[in-house]
Amino acid sequence: MTLLSVKDLRVTFDTEAGRVEAVRGVSFSLGRERLGIVGESGSGKTMTGRSVLRLIRPPGRIEATEMVFDGTDLLRASEREMRALRGQRIAMVMQDPKYSLNPVMKVGAQLTEGLRQRDGMSARAARLKAIEALEAVQIRGPERVMEAYPHELSGGMGQRVMIAMMLIPNPDLLIADEPTSALDVTVQAEVLSILDGLVRDRGMGLIFISHDLRLVGRFCDRVLVMYKGRVVEELEAKNLMQAEHPYTRGLLNCLPRIGGSRAPLPGLDRAAEWAE
Amino acid sequence: MTAAPDAPAPPAGRLSGLPRVLRLIGGTALSLAITLLGLLLVTFIIGRVVPIDPVLAIVGERATTAQYEATRLALGLDEPMWKQFAIYVGNAVQGDLGQSLRTKREVSEDIIRYFPATLELATIATLFGVLVGVPAGVLAATRPGTWVDQIVRIVGLMGYSMPVFWLGLLALLVFYGILGWVGGPGRLDAGFSMMFELDVEQRTGMILIDTALAGEWAMFRNAISHIILPSAVLGYTSMAYISRMTRSFMMNELGQEYITTARVKGMPEWRVVWVHALKNVMVPLITVIALSYAYLLEGSVLTETIFAWPGLGSYITDALFAADMPAVLGGTVVVGVVFVTLNMASDLLYRLVDPRAR
Repeated sequence: MTLLSVKDLRVTFDTEAGRVEAVRGVSFSLGRERLGIVGESGSGKTMTGRSVLRLIRPPGRIEATEMVFDGTDLLRASEREMRALRGQRIAMVMQDPKYSLNPVMKVGAQLTEGLRQRDGMSARAARLKAIEALEAVQIRGPERVMEAYPHELSGGMGQRVMIAMMLIPNPDLLIADEPTSALDVTVQAEVLSILDGLVRDRGMGLIFISHDLRLVGRFCDRVLVMYKGRVVEELEAKNLMQAEHPYTRGLLNCLPRIGGSRAPLPGLDRAAEWAE
Repeated sequence: MTAAPDAPAPPAGRLSGLPRVLRLIGGTALSLAITLLGLLLVTFIIGRVVPIDPVLAIVGERATTAQYEATRLALGLDEPMWKQFAIYVGNAVQGDLGQSLRTKREVSEDIIRYFPATLELATIATLFGVLVGVPAGVLAATRPGTWVDQIVRIVGLMGYSMPVFWLGLLALLVFYGILGWVGGPGRLDAGFSMMFELDVEQRTGMILIDTALAGEWAMFRNAISHIILPSAVLGYTSMAYISRMTRSFMMNELGQEYITTARVKGMPEWRVVWVHALKNVMVPLITVIALSYAYLLEGSVLTETIFAWPGLGSYITDALFAADMPAVLGGTVVVGVVFVTLNMASDLLYRLVDPRAR
């Protein structure tokens, strides 16, 4: 069953320096599976993710021939309908919890905000639900974390809080935009396995955005490789090593291996014609 | 880095034994005391270097040498400098700022008469500046480039650039002279003024509070009709400043990632702006508001002159023209105390609003 279908998505910014096309005709569809989107900085992967939530700030514009989420036309939905989708059915975990959590609000207030404001839940019930969500991301002593401010948390803790917050309404689709890139390597694996478990248990669709091709290959069912706003290759994750596109091959080969050869790593090829 | 701790550790500090609030207040009080001592040193030195003989100013030109000497000794001017300073500080701490040459009253007594008028005016002006300036700045920031933004910009620009004496005269002419909507110069109509001095117990010296406490509502309304124009004129300038600062702080916050988070959670736009962003805007805005309030509390000579408002600004100015040094320096000390205290208060408030600064 298709959860999300996107055809010919374009994101353009009309700036004083001229028109910038961040995303240029991206198409994909997604069921309750894990889709990885990989690319360098500026390849348009983040913009693609945010377009689905229609959270591109002006002067950015979103155009597509089709963008449908579970029967709702995302291009024509009113702002109110979008808000209902955003809160309940599509969620997003962003890169760095240092910036994505409100620095002057207690963690508890941020976790319960949706339940209290949108669902009109009582303070008590919302608190219990938030504590449950914190336990689900394996935070010990959730009562204390509820009373903490974001700057008092470590990066790994912060990201787990973020995941808990986004999963409270049990969304159908989670967009994870470089969820572990800002974390220490030791914590990355932990956070990933928590995310993995929750997505698997609840059977939600996942769009996993990353610059790390190997990570995405391990974590996802299918991978889109983006380059300069376009999809250059789409393939099953298990066939990643058989990737044909030279850009994908370049991404695969640009990582050093422990015990591997110490020769200089090959530079990434960026042929202009791939962007055409 | 080791494994992430599961609960925030208490902030460690040198004096972590004491409760945090006590440490904060103690530290603030200490730096307050040091700042004020510095202020007294400055006014003391000014008092000694101005070419006005303090003894002559008191005894007059026709006094005998014996009278002159007696007053000199009484003022302690034969003592060494450091001792004179110690006496000066000792007196100031007890609220004794010397005697005014012009009014022949204690300077502290004079200030108790004049300062409440300034306090009342500055407070209402600041309230006006905040209650209009903050929403205006927020509206402008959320609609950059639209007509709302342009209006806020133009109104603010006028507030910056129009001289306050001209604005004050114009406002008096239109709203008092032509339209007759408000009371004229002074804090009360002449009739009420006498009644206030004689019949109303002056607990604070602020007419709005004293008449409200005494239940004199007719007088209260009259006082409002008098204060509304000068406070609006004064508040206009701070409103212009506050709205510009709010706009730029808000623009900055709205570009932050936690704003996207709030939107992803499906929060309505009003909540994103007025709760999530504004809470963060308040952090730098507190300093801005406190500074503009402190500026108004120094007493604004021009506004007080135009509206015949017997405040601290006109008191110090009159004293200056009469070469009444004790009054000038005493007034300066009071202004300094107000300024420093307000700064400290904003510092404390800032830490209260921003958990990262605690």
